[in-house]
Amino acid sequence: MSTLTDGADTARREQLPSRKARPRTGLREGRAAWVLALPFVLLFLVFTVWPVLQSLFMSVTDTRAQDLRTPLAVDFVGLENYARALTDENFLRAARNTAYFVVVGVPLTLTLALAAAVALDRGITRFRSAFRLGFYTPVVTSIVAVAVVWQFLLQREFGLINTVLGWVGITGPNWLGDPDWSMPALIMMAAWRNFGTGMIIFLAGLQAVPWALHEAAAIDGANAWQRFRHITLPLMKPTILFVSVTTMIGYLQFFEEPFVMTNGGPLDSTVSMSLYTYRQFGFGNYAYAASLSYLIFVVVALVTALQFRALREKG
Amino acid sequence: MNAKNPGKWWLYVLLSLAVVVVAAPFVWMVLGSFKTTAELRQSPPTWLPETATLDNYTQLFSRLDFGTYFFNSTVVAVVVTAGNLLFCSMLGYALAMLEFRGKRALFGLVMGTLLIPGVVTFVPLFVLVANAGLIDTLPGLMLPFLAAPFGVFLMRQFILGLPRDLLDAGRVDGAGELRIFAKIILPLCGPALATLGILTFLGSWNNFLWPLVVAQTEDTYTLPVALALYSKGQNATNYGLLLAGATVVVIPVLMVFLAFQRRVIEGIATTGIK
Repeated sequence: MSTLTDGADTARREQLPSRKARPRTGLREGRAAWVLALPFVLLFLVFTVWPVLQSLFMSVTDTRAQDLRTPLAVDFVGLENYARALTDENFLRAARNTAYFVVVGVPLTLTLALAAAVALDRGITRFRSAFRLGFYTPVVTSIVAVAVVWQFLLQREFGLINTVLGWVGITGPNWLGDPDWSMPALIMMAAWRNFGTGMIIFLAGLQAVPWALHEAAAIDGANAWQRFRHITLPLMKPTILFVSVTTMIGYLQFFEEPFVMTNGGPLDSTVSMSLYTYRQFGFGNYAYAASLSYLIFVVVALVTALQFRALREKG
Repeated sequence: MNAKNPGKWWLYVLLSLAVVVVAAPFVWMVLGSFKTTAELRQSPPTWLPETATLDNYTQLFSRLDFGTYFFNSTVVAVVVTAGNLLFCSMLGYALAMLEFRGKRALFGLVMGTLLIPGVVTFVPLFVLVANAGLIDTLPGLMLPFLAAPFGVFLMRQFILGLPRDLLDAGRVDGAGELRIFAKIILPLCGPALATLGILTFLGSWNNFLWPLVVAQTEDTYTLPVALALYSKGQNATNYGLLLAGATVVVIPVLMVFLAFQRRVIEGIATTGIK
């Protein structure tokens, strides 16, 4: 601590000529700033920075649960864990399941969010905040509780969803018991729970779309869809990018839904990358779990970068 | 569209239907928590309980120990919230208004970790907490979450919007730097603190993966952990009990959310992070 402030003080003194008439402020200021920063910085170093680095280290060793008390007595194995992951049929299955969840779930969630936001922003003038509140509410509830409830809603015989489908003459599938329908069921629930966040951000973004442009286009004979397509969408691009990135980051890590509702089944159709990593951790394969978690991180980073690029190029 | 034209009627109908669909699972959950398991297995399902019973709730708090889980969830959420309010506003203020060596690097480091998935840190965190003897304790549940980067971002953004003259006025009056923070800046941060507080509380209350690995006996279970484990264990077919459990997890935070909803929604709209 003292070395940090001393260093800051020295630097401050050197800069003094440029700061007029307040000879002692800089010195005091630097010290006070570090005093204020210190509690956060200490917790952050111990519980975030150190584990991030330790995880990377662990992933190139053969650490297992029994090595818990002697973390430095483990052997270095290079990229063996990563190589193992890329040939682990079960992990690849989990990666494909996660890709399915993301590729279908993210566009579905974004479409619902954008539709709700546009309807609330332009379509109506009354009860706007009540609708907004209603759509946002599922976001703040526990995924575990929601998953427990949806497990019942999705029951084949006495579930609410199949009952409603029955009213219009559709025989609903055995959602969570059929490997073809288990993932669609989880995606449906995720979209239901999460579209509210996107809707709120889209509503904020829509404030930036000038209404005069819409009016001018309407005078020129553009219909509502054309105006949405050629005015709203291009102007909303940064917001859409932001929401798709954050939604995708969340969906790439989905865990609670299969943990509670399907336990990864049936026939491993809903094992996600996070769930598989958690299981490896549970088996005591700490090094392998750490390498899997880094692979998830790499996927998150790559997908984010790609998405930024794709949206920039299209424009 | 102007104020005299309230919009298309069919859009109101459509949006109302959508709200019904969004709310239906919660309504069904609460109503179901007063039903017997036999009634919950009926086809077609009933909406209102035929014979309303409080039996599920009695079981939850007598046969099972949901009182303890509720207490654990509350204590963890309150302490985590208090920690973030204090530590994030301190650092947020330093980053927004003070000049110090290493400022840019520190801000970059903290923001850089926003993208890192929680699953990346949890194996070494578990080892760390285990070596400290904190597995299966409430401090073990709280410590890793006391200082979250998101809070620093939110507080810094808010404090950047406050006039810098406040700082100079305080200094002219001879107030120390820490005093300026505590007596001048912090009282003006009410809206940001409210947003951060409520979002942190909700996040902690709903947190699952970390409590799942750290809470290993019923004494330290939080509500989501208890609910998830009971939904897989011998109570898995006791539908009424599980719905009552879900209600106990969801309804308190729903009340908190409804009380502060404006703050939450503004927070999401300005920071974009839930």
